[in-house]
Amino acid sequence: MSIPRVLILRAPGTNCDEETAYAFAQAGGAPTEVHLNRWLENPALAREYQILCLPGGFSYGDDVAAGRIYGNQLRHHLADQLREFRDAGKLILGICNGFQILIKSGLLDIDDQHGPAATLTWNESHRYVDRWVHLRVTSPQCVFLTGIDTLESPIAHAEGRFLVRDDATLARLEEAGQLALRYAPGEPLTDRPYNPNGAVADVAGVCDRSGRVFGLMPHPERFIDRTQHPQWTRRPDLQEGAGLAIFRNAVGCFS
Amino acid sequence: MLWEIDLHGRAGERDGAAAGVVDDAHSLGLAEGLRAAACHGYLIQGAELTSDDAARLARELFADAVAERPVVARVGDEALLAAPERLARDLAGQPATESEQEVQPEPLGDVQLVQVLLKPGVMDPVARTAETAARDLGLAVDAVRTLRKFWFAGIDAATAERIAQRALANDAIERFVLGPLPFNRLEAGSDYQFELQHVQLAGLDDDGLMRLSREGQLYLQLAEMQTIQRYFAELGREPTDIELETLAQTWSEHCSHKTLAGRIAYRDENGERQFENMLKETIFAATQELRRRWGDADWCVSVFKDNAGIVKFENDWNICFKVETHNHPSALEPYGGANTGLGGVIRDTLGTGLGAKPVANTDVFCFAPPDTPAEQLPPGVLHPKLVMRGVVEGVRDYGNRMGIPTVNGAVYFDERYLGNPLVYCGNVGLIPHDKSFKEPQPGDLIVAVGGRTGRDGIHGATFSSAELTHESESLSGGAVQIGNAIEEKKVTDVVLAARDRGLFTAVTDCGAGGFSSAVGEMGEEIGAEVWLEKAPLKYSGLSYTEIWISEAQERMVLSVPEDKWQELHELCASENVEATVIGRFEPTGRLVLKYHDTVVGDLSMDVLHNGRPPVVRQATYEPRAAEPLRRLESPRNWLDYLASRDLQVQFIVNGTVDEYLLPDELISDARAFVEHVATGRRGMGFDETQLAAVRDFGKVLVECGAVAQSNLSNTELVENSPEWAAIRDGAGRLRNALGGVLSLDPIVDFGRTSAPTASPLRNPPHQGEGTGTGDLLGSLLAILAAPNVASKQWIIRQYDHEVQGGSVLKPLVGVAEDGPGDAAVVRPVLNSRRGVVVSCGMNPRYGEFDTYHMATSAIDEAVRNCVAVGADPRRIAVLDNFCWGDCEKNETLGSLVRAAIACHDLSLELETPFVSGKDSLNNEFSFVDESGAKQTIAIPPSLLISALGQVDDVAKCVSMDLKQPGNLLFVVGVTREELGGSHYALVNNLIGGAVPTVDPPRAKATFAAIHAAIDAGLLASCHDCSEGGLAAAVAEMAFAGGYGVDADFDAAPVDGDVTPAGRLFSESNTRFVCEVTEANAAAFAQTLANIPHAKLGVVGHDDRVKIRVANETVVDATLAELKAAWQTPVMT
Repeated sequence: MSIPRVLILRAPGTNCDEETAYAFAQAGGAPTEVHLNRWLENPALAREYQILCLPGGFSYGDDVAAGRIYGNQLRHHLADQLREFRDAGKLILGICNGFQILIKSGLLDIDDQHGPAATLTWNESHRYVDRWVHLRVTSPQCVFLTGIDTLESPIAHAEGRFLVRDDATLARLEEAGQLALRYAPGEPLTDRPYNPNGAVADVAGVCDRSGRVFGLMPHPERFIDRTQHPQWTRRPDLQEGAGLAIFRNAVGCFS
Repeated sequence: MLWEIDLHGRAGERDGAAAGVVDDAHSLGLAEGLRAAACHGYLIQGAELTSDDAARLARELFADAVAERPVVARVGDEALLAAPERLARDLAGQPATESEQEVQPEPLGDVQLVQVLLKPGVMDPVARTAETAARDLGLAVDAVRTLRKFWFAGIDAATAERIAQRALANDAIERFVLGPLPFNRLEAGSDYQFELQHVQLAGLDDDGLMRLSREGQLYLQLAEMQTIQRYFAELGREPTDIELETLAQTWSEHCSHKTLAGRIAYRDENGERQFENMLKETIFAATQELRRRWGDADWCVSVFKDNAGIVKFENDWNICFKVETHNHPSALEPYGGANTGLGGVIRDTLGTGLGAKPVANTDVFCFAPPDTPAEQLPPGVLHPKLVMRGVVEGVRDYGNRMGIPTVNGAVYFDERYLGNPLVYCGNVGLIPHDKSFKEPQPGDLIVAVGGRTGRDGIHGATFSSAELTHESESLSGGAVQIGNAIEEKKVTDVVLAARDRGLFTAVTDCGAGGFSSAVGEMGEEIGAEVWLEKAPLKYSGLSYTEIWISEAQERMVLSVPEDKWQELHELCASENVEATVIGRFEPTGRLVLKYHDTVVGDLSMDVLHNGRPPVVRQATYEPRAAEPLRRLESPRNWLDYLASRDLQVQFIVNGTVDEYLLPDELISDARAFVEHVATGRRGMGFDETQLAAVRDFGKVLVECGAVAQSNLSNTELVENSPEWAAIRDGAGRLRNALGGVLSLDPIVDFGRTSAPTASPLRNPPHQGEGTGTGDLLGSLLAILAAPNVASKQWIIRQYDHEVQGGSVLKPLVGVAEDGPGDAAVVRPVLNSRRGVVVSCGMNPRYGEFDTYHMATSAIDEAVRNCVAVGADPRRIAVLDNFCWGDCEKNETLGSLVRAAIACHDLSLELETPFVSGKDSLNNEFSFVDESGAKQTIAIPPSLLISALGQVDDVAKCVSMDLKQPGNLLFVVGVTREELGGSHYALVNNLIGGAVPTVDPPRAKATFAAIHAAIDAGLLASCHDCSEGGLAAAVAEMAFAGGYGVDADFDAAPVDGDVTPAGRLFSESNTRFVCEVTEANAAAFAQTLANIPHAKLGVVGHDDRVKIRVANETVVDATLAELKAAWQTPVMT
């Protein structure tokens, strides 16, 4: 069995790189953290890796808009390398800011001839929010979500509201099985809305048409250990964190 | 060519910025039913930029094609000025739904456009990023600026201007423009012409020296100015400006803590005590004694020396902790002040040892009540609501961007924080044990790493040592800064990487005093030569002195061996961080400053660090006489009573004094009123005549009060004594002066902010009144809803408290994840099970009784919060942060010294070492009222104790939410009748009473026993008793866990007589409520064998909290009811 190499790509302002690398390592992968500048200097760098992960954070300060600058960097300087990576059957995962970058980089098969068709924009509350959410897998297509039905994870973002250009876009993505992960009501029900940011159709995560490129707003790397769960002191049944399954699925594709 | 790209939300999107200003305009009383629209935009300058380029920038860089609609035009174009269509459709900024798009636009009438821009030179991180990104697209962009635009319908220009001033633009950093922008190019910095400046000291008399100190914003004292004058007279020359500034920075209160580390003659009821160095002989001394006591088992590593205190953690790791304040900048510009406050303390951690990794933030704020009426604000004061929002957002945006979890905090409200809010920011760092010490070497290069130097924060160090005045805004605008968190994140990344590669011998942060303080400190034992022109600048035009003292953010100074410089430089460049050699540590013992080879400053390190004349201060403390707990009367009542001959006659004729309030209590109320007005807690709305009347009455009370009271037993004397007549006449004058104001009860009803019920003269409050079994449920609900106690969820959820993946106990816990946890626990090393516990304790209200007990209570609270979640009390380190008023006043300094003595005493008894600390003095705000008289508001003594605990296995941690119906509920610790300064007193307008004290041996044993119980897995939940006492603790545990409670408070162990109110709400220290299963009850009893404890009741299956006391059910409420009270919004 080979151990897949995971490229954890960081840039100025990336701040979830260490725990994301740790999650991949716990899942059996071999993560390496690499600064975006190294890849820009050496475009062939990614060839040695099987999984590319864009972790969470505030790349370039979220200045102008979350993920905009980083997305532009990828789009303008590494578009060929990213396509090559995906077309070679490898995996790309974007978490939170990584999802914001992916959606702006054009890798998620969302945009059409009229340009960008979906975005992640300001939460309905216009405010950053950190809280746990229940999630439901709503498409069999995404290889990261294989065998997962529901899971819990925290969200922590200000610009995470999935918004589409029009109803036709939503229908197209739905039909293509790309709307893979949704916010869902959990048990016990509370007064709080289960959709934390007002995302259209409760969308929390989107994959490309191949199911091998996946972006999600929640942070599965923050639920690897049972003591990360907000209610672990009242849930003796909790074992390992449910988020680990996503990283296992990724690593499992190659081992 | 200056282009503008405006970004509007697409149709149907909520206009959040417009809604915000509509809300603020309403709550600040500026305009009702305002109609507004808002957008943000960018100004882009580039000589060659075509309209195609501008359109491309909008498309590819600035606009979100799905969510936003861009407007692109040259500055001056009408298209940029026209009100967006939604202004006609949206009333009061309400979100427009798709269907509302069909509604016919209403006629707009007059429309006012307000544009808000940062002042030139103010940090604009977004613009800087945009410049780089635009160039990355291959476009020749010279400069970018951000702007915000607001259109208002139906108001005149004057109203728009008021809204702009009060709710949109902060004059400290921003300017606003009504209508079109009055420029069509962005200003660039001007060139600097070098000219060496000398300052004439020779021949100046004392007045001249002090004028120079004040007008030059040096804020040095006379003895210090005289010392400097003598020093240069001996050298036979005048100082240069940079030399004088360097001395002022190094000798500032902020940098040298000269008052508390100075000579103090202290006197209290126990006699006199002379301190040569007060802090060293109290708080430091206790830590040194403990370290001696522990010998080989000493777990302190570096205390009171480095930027943060360091203690052992596990194996190869140590942890460090520091809490700083950033009060004065936050008063002027809350967002930037709090932003850079947190940024600064993170650099403290990064600059500790050879660099620690920041792993957790803690933030504690003190504000005036957010419902303070806008018309009562003195000039120069921002509304507390805006201060609070700005501070919360400033901390949020820095902490979240840095990727450091903000895990712990608290907010306290008191009127006296009006002109002087407090912003405490703390940071915990993780550091390898072999990187915990630093030592720069002679010959090392001085390397500046990180942000560029600008005019930011010039005079911050000396400014924070001065009292705030309403002119501070214009005087010290330069002292306000905006942070750039991403720059600091980049610096953190490279400094930690360089540390691991051993590329430097020492590191420190550029904080207050900038390079001056950083280089001066690092080179203290060696000497240094600095080449000021080498420092990279944000813009041209800075003088050599400005470069030296600038407090531009996000800069660290490293001392780098020459042979490591190349590698360090490459490492920094590889992550887009600027690193520049600006000098060398030369073994000369001198600080030599050069600008292009001209020596502009040359001082001996010895004079700099040891030349300051000692500060000598007097400090006195007079303990307050014990007073019974009783209700504070409305001034109208006691003034009527005191002033009225008829009432006195009635009093005398009826003879039975029990029927009416006793005059001595009324006089005491009157004293409290005068004191509250004098300290600025109340009376902001008074005019000069009224204030004078209050002062006059205060004098009468001082002169006659004692005599009048001593004669009270003799009703004859009361009526005929001249003292009594003076009081009666004085009260009459005051009543007449306050006549109009007295009808505005909320202004003069001090002690709480809601409107009081007008009560007629009542029976005296002897035993029972106010502490009986009256409306105890009402008190409980009021305490839960009090701003200090109520849920801070709206703040907590805006902070990322889980980044770095080590979160164990979050700030909000329980079945709905919204209950108030006692302390946060994080696991900073992901492959280890060991946890760090962070908590705090503070109670400014106790300081009015005795700052000794305030301090011990704060320590007890911080430690018990830590212990309640599982920390080992033998491994808890604490920090002190003293925020006080003007310590040149003997009584003010006396109250501080007394608190420091308390810290020393309890630290030794609990064996809990202080490892670092900080003080912020002169927290007073002065303003000139409408009549031209100077008014001063001093903050209450505000000692924050922050605790850093450790737990060997995080799986043993316990949260405060009830877990299982049928479990037993125990109270641990002794309840006394200690309602003085309590929240029960606060919500019921009571004064007097006994303040909580600490019984040190019992506290130590109790902490050990609770820890043993948690360590043995005997507790299902545990909560400390603090504000609101036992009743609030039980209620919080119940609604957090979603289970009812049936409890009998008569069972609780007490000391002395305790009233029913005392049993519920007394804030006695060292108490916990513990939930234990039946199965563990015996083991629990054994573990707690030597500690007073008792079974209170059981966890219920239903949703009701029932509390019995004196055989009466005094609380019977649903969880929903209790939780709704606790979730009363402090602010939305």
